[in-house]
Amino acid sequence: MYIYDHIDQKIIEERVAQYRDQVRRFLAGTLSEDDFRPLRLQNGLYIQRHAPMLRIAVPYGMLASYQLRKLAHITRTYDRGTGHFSTRHNLQLNWPRLEDTPDILAELSTVQMHAIQTSGNCIRNISADHFAGIAPDEIVNPLVWCEVVRQWACFNPEFAYLPRKFKIALSGATTDRAAVQVHDVGLHAVLSERGEIGFRVLAGGGLGRTPILGATIREFLPWQHLLTYLEAILRVYNRYGRRDNKWKARIKILVKDLTPAGFRDAVEAEWQNSKNGPSTLTESEIARIAGWFTRPAYEKLEPLSSSYVLAIGRDKRFAAWARRNVHPHKVAGYAAVTLSLKKTGIPPGDATADQMDPIADLADRFSFGELRVTHEQNLLLPDVRQSDLFTVWREAEALGLATPNLGLITNIISCPGGDYCSLANAKSIPVAEAIQRRFDDLDFVYDIGELDLNISGCMNSCGHHHIGHIGILGVDKQGAEFYQISIGGAQGNEASLGKVLGPSVSQDEVPDVVEKLIEIYLERRDGEAERFIDVVHRIGIEPFKEHVYGAHQGSKARNRQLAAA
Amino acid sequence: MALIKDRKRVTDNWQLLDALTVGEDGSLPPLPAGDVIVPAAGWTRARAQFIGREGRIGVWLSGTDDPRDIAGDLEHYGVIAVKFPSFTDGRGYSVGRLLRERYGWTGELRAVGDIQRDQLFYLARCGFNAFALREGEDVDAALTAFADFSERYQASVDQPLPLFRRRESSAHR
Repeated sequence: MYIYDHIDQKIIEERVAQYRDQVRRFLAGTLSEDDFRPLRLQNGLYIQRHAPMLRIAVPYGMLASYQLRKLAHITRTYDRGTGHFSTRHNLQLNWPRLEDTPDILAELSTVQMHAIQTSGNCIRNISADHFAGIAPDEIVNPLVWCEVVRQWACFNPEFAYLPRKFKIALSGATTDRAAVQVHDVGLHAVLSERGEIGFRVLAGGGLGRTPILGATIREFLPWQHLLTYLEAILRVYNRYGRRDNKWKARIKILVKDLTPAGFRDAVEAEWQNSKNGPSTLTESEIARIAGWFTRPAYEKLEPLSSSYVLAIGRDKRFAAWARRNVHPHKVAGYAAVTLSLKKTGIPPGDATADQMDPIADLADRFSFGELRVTHEQNLLLPDVRQSDLFTVWREAEALGLATPNLGLITNIISCPGGDYCSLANAKSIPVAEAIQRRFDDLDFVYDIGELDLNISGCMNSCGHHHIGHIGILGVDKQGAEFYQISIGGAQGNEASLGKVLGPSVSQDEVPDVVEKLIEIYLERRDGEAERFIDVVHRIGIEPFKEHVYGAHQGSKARNRQLAAA
Repeated sequence: MALIKDRKRVTDNWQLLDALTVGEDGSLPPLPAGDVIVPAAGWTRARAQFIGREGRIGVWLSGTDDPRDIAGDLEHYGVIAVKFPSFTDGRGYSVGRLLRERYGWTGELRAVGDIQRDQLFYLARCGFNAFALREGEDVDAALTAFADFSERYQASVDQPLPLFRRRESSAHR
């Protein structure tokens, strides 16, 4: 955990006081709704379908057990007992009262948490790999760098009123698990030939209405220049990003309009003025920040625990869970454990206060009091001894957190959708549940193998449907809720954007369509090693399309595409 | 319209001209007497006439104006203003920093337009020292905005060293 020093603490306390006064003035009628809106958004507060929605930041996904207990307390006291973990390291509450939000933020500040810049047209929460700090393929510990960037972004006076929201992701490992290619700025740690640490800088990626993968604008940025370079990017965007049309205001449109090379030139020219200036990072600052992170006191263990191996041999259900929900760790004898928030019938990412408290206890007993919030909307115990895995599994199962489906079709990523969100065109949660029910035979799910299925209730793409192997998007068709299905999207180093299969379908038809996609996959795959996504890439979407819509429809859609081309 | 300058309420002697039509030949329409703030584009087109005029002159920039275009004549200005058509249009924050940090403007830098209490702290951080508050703003409440935060992480005009540099140079922090 990063522990605040007295200055960090003072800054968030002053924020609470500032916000409390803004709410007071709003309620007194001296601050208008229009003037209050951007202020409350920068404190994570939306006005939603049923009530305000408060988005609490879990910076770079790192959460301590005492913080989770506080979240449980807040969820119980100020909400209806359930919180929703989003795809960007946030916890969302759907039923707080506006009048209570200053008190909620005050409670959060006592455990060094906040809702700063979790919404609004500003620099949002920095997101990271959920295996940050423990991944065997790590080049640098991204947590330290995320905190460096967090401090720079926090109340940055120049970039509080950008053309649109701005999301940064940072990956410290060889394999990108932070989706750096679909963020406004992606930072991917790399080593130079001489072994120096730096970052590959990508800009202009994003999902939403115009999905696009980010372009690399710098292959190697030496770490000392991280902040000055980010400042140059943000300044170019702040000055030249479009403000006339909300749908064209993200940085990806600017990068596209200028071309990636043109954008890079503008950034490099701007950067020449601040390069080597006072904001150039120093070794002592990186060491200081690293020093405020607590480190687990790992024991010296055998690389493979014999009791763990025996338990796998003895208990098939445990073995299935271990295969999907236990992940390798860079320290011998330890493993990371996913606590699944994807139980069928429960909205993906939801956790109740009555689950949060015992999860915090699990973290204390088995994982040095630490947890992570993953972008797949699960929780993770990062540092579990292999010899404790069996006990952890049994306790997680009792809490309904041991669904052994990581990486599989039923580990659905989904936004809250039309049940809660006022932006949504369509519901997400019942669709997720219907698919989970259709694929309720675990052996079959294992046979299907690795498959990411992502659902967004609207084009804002909070459920990352573009990068799901199967993506489902809620659309509005003459006032009725329909779903557009795409296939072939992927996250990580091989990121790609899904292609739309054909005309959208009704809610009832979605599980049938998914089932048909799976049928073609199973029929055409070249053995179990070839994943769904690999088959889509190999044979293209046409066979899938024809199976779903029938040969006639498929070719009709193709003719339409040809006519439009 | 109330004006705050250097964290005090002051009377404003400047008149800001929203538009200025410069003739084809560079001729100016009759200007009001006294101190006027003219659009940056007008300045560049009729520079010589402004310099010869009685009374002080200031220029105002929009978010799309490049401060570089007026940066060669800093000695002629009594004030530089930056217009915020809406408080959510943040281009002026970058314009402010550029004027101070890159072009060396040390005189009055005034934020005009949709200027409210809740933006003053960040505006001040970006180099603005004068604020023409929007009609109806409570000046006394606005004056408290500068104390919203006692510390800041980043370097900016008000504090050219980021917090980490200051921590490094004073071991007791």
